[in-house]
Amino acid sequence: MSSPSRTAKSGLSIRNLGSILSQGAVSVAVIAVAYVLFANTQENLAIRGIESGFAFLQHEAGLPIGDSLIDYDPTRGYGYAFLVGILNTLFVSTLAIIFATILGIFVGVARVSNNWLLAKVAAIYVETLRNLPLLLTLFFVYTVVLASLPHPRDAIALMEGVYISKRGFYLPRPLAEDGFALFMVATGIAFILGLVFWRWAKSYKIRTGISVPGFWGGLAIFAALTGLAFMACGQPLGSELPIYKGFNFRGGLAMKPEFASLLIGLVLYTAAYIGENVRSGIQSVEAGQIEAANALGVSSGIVTRLVLLPQALRVTIPATTNDYASLVKNSSLAVAIGYPDMVSIGGTIIGQNGQAIEIIAMWMAVYLTINLIISLGMNMLNARVQLVER
Amino acid sequence: MRNSIKLGALAVAAITAASAVNAGTLEDVRGAGELVCGVSEGVPGFSNPNSEGIWKGLDADVCRAVAAAVLGDADAVRYVPLASKQKILAVSSGQVDMTSRTTTWTMKRDSAEGVDFTAVVYYDGQGFMVSADAGISSATELNGATVCLTTGTTTELNIADYARANNLTLEPVVFEGKREAVEAYASGRCDALTTDSSQLAAFRAGFADPLAHTILPEIISKEPLAPLVAHGDNQWKDIVTWVVYGLITAEEFGVTQDNVADMAANSANPSIQRMLGSSGDTGGFIGLESTWMVDALSAVGNYGEIYDRNLTSTLGLERGVNAQWSDGGLLYAMPIR
Repeated sequence: MSSPSRTAKSGLSIRNLGSILSQGAVSVAVIAVAYVLFANTQENLAIRGIESGFAFLQHEAGLPIGDSLIDYDPTRGYGYAFLVGILNTLFVSTLAIIFATILGIFVGVARVSNNWLLAKVAAIYVETLRNLPLLLTLFFVYTVVLASLPHPRDAIALMEGVYISKRGFYLPRPLAEDGFALFMVATGIAFILGLVFWRWAKSYKIRTGISVPGFWGGLAIFAALTGLAFMACGQPLGSELPIYKGFNFRGGLAMKPEFASLLIGLVLYTAAYIGENVRSGIQSVEAGQIEAANALGVSSGIVTRLVLLPQALRVTIPATTNDYASLVKNSSLAVAIGYPDMVSIGGTIIGQNGQAIEIIAMWMAVYLTINLIISLGMNMLNARVQLVER
Repeated sequence: MRNSIKLGALAVAAITAASAVNAGTLEDVRGAGELVCGVSEGVPGFSNPNSEGIWKGLDADVCRAVAAAVLGDADAVRYVPLASKQKILAVSSGQVDMTSRTTTWTMKRDSAEGVDFTAVVYYDGQGFMVSADAGISSATELNGATVCLTTGTTTELNIADYARANNLTLEPVVFEGKREAVEAYASGRCDALTTDSSQLAAFRAGFADPLAHTILPEIISKEPLAPLVAHGDNQWKDIVTWVVYGLITAEEFGVTQDNVADMAANSANPSIQRMLGSSGDTGGFIGLESTWMVDALSAVGNYGEIYDRNLTSTLGLERGVNAQWSDGGLLYAMPIR
């Protein structure tokens, strides 16, 4: 195997020169084609009198958005409207990733459970959800959600200020009152103290071998201090109750049926895939290792935490990265059930403004960025759980 | 997402299409032997496939009339259903020869989006439909209401403008497809449904109990619906424009699907003779056969017949402002001479 390295060291051989030339030619051809496409586009746009460029992002949007995380009204610019869409996409994707992961872990564990009924239910769930198009699942969830909920006149009141109806899930909105800033500072300090206790418990155990419940102890410290601070600051938290008036509830916090349906649909669908990843991860761990740990008398919780999971994660994480990326892309189906995500709002902007190429480029840039960030984070996590060979 | 992909493909097509845009669409249509006509994804009365998959409606009949005038065969049409946000791009990129799809003629579209509008085929306006038991009689009482609508149209801009002008807070729920928006309204998700009032009538006619829904009297926008062609091909624009004027003029002169052959042979009225090619050559002005209007009228009838067949008899829509100017309506075709 020494000859290739020798050739490389001795400079360019005829063969290398040939391959460099051919690669160069291919690169030039690709760049030339890209340039021709670009120039042709510009020319065609000019011929047809179609505007191009991103100046329109500053123009007044004039379009209404029903569900926004930030203050929005139609006098804002197209760029700001698009940002509302990006935030909605990020919000629903983030929540869906969290819930899909939790549900997926349950499903995966249930799949390999010794309980026959549980394992079968999980298997039916996985096979059904994986084999239906997500769009159908979304329509189904949306229809069921709308059909099962009452008109806001007859809203279900779970308690004072908490209502469920076809118009959404309404909650009291927390309002900060005097002393809230002080309370937040106290909360931060309590958090740090709890963390310090947890770290101390760990090192104490390593030093002395005596186990102290560090996590629960830390949590208790945090909860107790926060509660005391809340009282000491004079309970600085009010609330704004939603009130039924005219057509709908006013005030309070609202979760719209479109958002809820999209979230439920994405979670149910993706959890089926994540469940399979978890199952394959668990099944990839040698049964002998768990039997050995059991034989040593290690409690089953510790076996799961210290033997099973670290090894299962090696198999689970890379596949789950793909599912997270798919989930983000799938969130664009929001447009079918009326949730104003980035694709929905971008589509409206195209309809009003006609600059499709720019909007499509923006869609691609945002999805690419989100998914590259997910991929980066998951790769870092993956690197931590892989076997370290010495 | 499916539509985004289609849209992406269209954008790529727009990129790669050689600058053949100024070449004659007429030659292209004649060469292909068929007219590629963009229509809606299904709006009753305007363009909607029937149970046999044949496209019916006022907009579909305009496609058929143009195909008859250009190719002498009203069936030589390939219909391409377009989502709302594709309708402009599909024309400007040359994917379709023309679009006849309840599209509102606006300044921005006409001047800066690479398309030209031809002649108005229907004067529409945006309205609201509400459930009758909501007990309201005017759109100004809609403050706080949730409104279902579809994306990619002028509808969204209109409703936002109307709310601002009248100090109303309206909560929009915006759907990709008309059917989903109507379903959501019917299931009670929204207090009101908004779109062009002709379509509200069409949707109401489709409900199990049409009387349970009220169309409010306010018309909040002007929606002149017109077929559109790519910007820059003046001859093709003239053809589509004058076929529409021809259909309207024929109603004015009493030329119908049944009597058109007889009129062409025997009419003593010089205006009718010119239009039907019995004297002079009006077809030649736009590069067509002299029998262009005979072919179009034999295929679909005049504007009044088209309207009655598609909108009055099936949906119960009266002529209203879409009557001839001589009857107090807005239809005023330019003279064919």
